[in-house]
Amino acid sequence: MKRILALLLAGCAVAGAAQDSLPPAPYAYRQLEDPAREAQARALMETLRCLTCQGQSIADSDAPMAGDMRHQVRVRIKAGETPEQIRAWLIERYGDYISYKPEIGATTWPLFAIPAVLLLVIGLILRRRLGGKQ
Amino acid sequence: MKPIRWTLWVPLALFATFCILVTVQLSRPASTVVESAMIGKPLPQFDLPPASADRPALKTADFHDGQPKLLNIFASWCVPCAAEAPQLAELERRGANIVAVAVRDRPEDVAAFLARYGNPYSRIGADNFSEVQLGIGSSGVPETFVVDGNGVIRYQYIGDIRADGVELLLEKLREAQR
Repeated sequence: MKRILALLLAGCAVAGAAQDSLPPAPYAYRQLEDPAREAQARALMETLRCLTCQGQSIADSDAPMAGDMRHQVRVRIKAGETPEQIRAWLIERYGDYISYKPEIGATTWPLFAIPAVLLLVIGLILRRRLGGKQ
Repeated sequence: MKPIRWTLWVPLALFATFCILVTVQLSRPASTVVESAMIGKPLPQFDLPPASADRPALKTADFHDGQPKLLNIFASWCVPCAAEAPQLAELERRGANIVAVAVRDRPEDVAAFLARYGNPYSRIGADNFSEVQLGIGSSGVPETFVVDGNGVIRYQYIGDIRADGVELLLEKLREAQR
């Protein structure tokens, strides 16, 4: 029992050592003073991917790097940048992967075009079938 | 019997194609590395404070001296960063100029780390809010970038440098020289 406990504690120590020792960035957990800007920042953070824990947004993640990204977002919003400018800045560095917001681009346009085409085809078929019986 | 119109097979064929596509993509392990989109672009402007007492700090202008460099992103709290220390030492021994950015680190921790694993760096900047890391599209530690003598990012090595990474990075440095 004691040995198991010692092992568990040793495990915790290693996990602890793998974390950075600095306190979070100023705006990682602090909201902006202006509620309207904070709402803008918050909405943007919910659509940006955390790079450490991919699959979470930076708004949901407690990873240090997500904190630094929230800090970056809030500082830039505070300085007057628009959320889309900040998104573009990040996409320039990490590619589309960083953003959860669907964008129409060179590789993604079929995702938007195919459903429209299918609806059109279905409409045409229905019109021909139903129209024929009248 | 009337022959079945060939167009009736089209939906089935489309469905089969879809199934094959899904099966193939699902059987492939998903990639978890995020490559930087900054390859071929200049470094962003930064001017970091020093991260250790015995090495100068790091700023963008330091890269504009005509000499290609390795930019190593590391941290004392990062376990794989210790694992790549022998490879970094080898790179330095074979003539690579290695500068570093210490991410979210305290000077005393950096000093202890370098005392234990060796110090192959000519400059070390302290990136306390991961600003440089975000600025160059790096998504973790350790990562190593090849930056040419005009401050343009030429190559990104993700993860700790393995034995075969030494030759690769030396080759990339030679390419950046041209």
